[in-house]
Amino acid sequence: MTVEAEVSELFRAERGRIVATLIRLTGDWELAEECVQDAFARALECWPREGVPRRPGAWLTTTARNRALDRLRRSSVEAAKLREVVAVLDAPPDEVDDDELGDDLLRLIFTCCHPALTLEARVALTLRTVAGLTTAEIARAFLVPEATMAKRLVRARQKIRNARIPYRVPPAHLLPERTGGVLGVLYLLFNEGYAASGGADLLRRNLCAEAIRLARTLVAAMPDEPEAVGLLALMLLQDSRRDARFDHAGDLVPLDEQDRSRWDGGQVEEGVALLDSALRRGRPGPYQVQAAIAACHATAARAEDTDWPQIALLYGELAMLVPSPVVRLNRAVAVAMADGPAAGLALVDDLADEVTGHLLPATRADLLRRLGRTTEALAAYERALALAPTDAERRHLTRLISALRG
Amino acid sequence: MKYMLLICVDDTIEPTEGDPTIEQWLAELGDRRLDGSQLRSVEDATTVRARGGEVLLSDGPFAETKEQIVGYDVVDCADLDEAIRIASRHPCARFGSVEVRPFFTG
Repeated sequence: MTVEAEVSELFRAERGRIVATLIRLTGDWELAEECVQDAFARALECWPREGVPRRPGAWLTTTARNRALDRLRRSSVEAAKLREVVAVLDAPPDEVDDDELGDDLLRLIFTCCHPALTLEARVALTLRTVAGLTTAEIARAFLVPEATMAKRLVRARQKIRNARIPYRVPPAHLLPERTGGVLGVLYLLFNEGYAASGGADLLRRNLCAEAIRLARTLVAAMPDEPEAVGLLALMLLQDSRRDARFDHAGDLVPLDEQDRSRWDGGQVEEGVALLDSALRRGRPGPYQVQAAIAACHATAARAEDTDWPQIALLYGELAMLVPSPVVRLNRAVAVAMADGPAAGLALVDDLADEVTGHLLPATRADLLRRLGRTTEALAAYERALALAPTDAERRHLTRLISALRG
Repeated sequence: MKYMLLICVDDTIEPTEGDPTIEQWLAELGDRRLDGSQLRSVEDATTVRARGGEVLLSDGPFAETKEQIVGYDVVDCADLDEAIRIASRHPCARFGSVEVRPFFTG
């Protein structure tokens, strides 16, 4: 491996941790990020000449910390505050304790996902500070001007400082709720990428990979949290279909028509193994149940081998954990597959007043078509078409309509 | 760190029986509460603006909204999490809202 490759590998693997430590030491998010950036630049300068140090992570942390010390000494920070920070930074660099560093990363993740920040700010801050994406990359992924994203990040860091959002892993009484919040941010990130259409939208689709990487980090730091493991499993299983989900024109291919040989078998295997390990802890939750549903799909060799009764059962369980009309709509689809379209249609019609958007009419249309009620099916498809949010979905619905008109 | 808790309620809504009382909340807070008071209703409020050397007065609150500030508390907390916890236990948080505002300086 070249030194450059090694540095870029370390950047992906260690940067978040080092930033997290620097924030703990200095209490200054911007300074921490800049100094870590400088440390990586120094590494690129020195390592080709002097060789890669024995513990590159520790070298980078120490370099970033010295840089912070330097900058603080030269800045006009109020004397008392400076003494306080310098005392912390100047303490002899302790033999770097891996546990402590892991804790720093958790502190950072929980702070980025603090519920006193807006959801948008939580997502942006996590991508910027933990995942190390640039502001420009995040802005492009969320389709906002870079200046808007930069302002959002500045505002979030300001609120953390001014309102004194604590930099810590929440205490036991807050932990379950806050962990749920962190998982929610990661899954939202994943879904932003997953909802992006094929082809041109590569940057948005990369959000899936970032979300998976962040979930791995979280699982490594909280190995006893089955919902974190469940979320990682869920993402891996959904993402395993990434190459089969779109056709050459960038159009969405429905699950039952996908070329299953193009699913990522290694990722399915890993997802299923993770799910099993999570379920063995006997503390099920929404992400584990959703992963179990995804696993039913991922492990069916052909579409007709799908275990729909099991999926219907799992959606029933999910509906009890997360009372949401969308979950009940999905349950109706599974019931239709398990017990026939009439059974599913009855459940769909119960939801008519609760679900907005194109999913309900699209589902109704599909069930009506399978029941041979073509006129009603066409009307429902038209309604779905009018409400569909993306081009890919509109094209998909248009194809279904013309097929039905024959 | 000092935080101002602005207690806001819609006065058409009445607290329900069995809610914790303000006395219980105050007892729980102890000396973390530095100051605070109930305020008279917005009907007795006067809003003052100075524009181009002229003082403009209007009867009533600065903004006509359903929820009005009915009181305030100044609390001393370690961090925002503690302030949120205290705010969430204020009796009015159950039917109104509590805005938590950090002081400019500690």
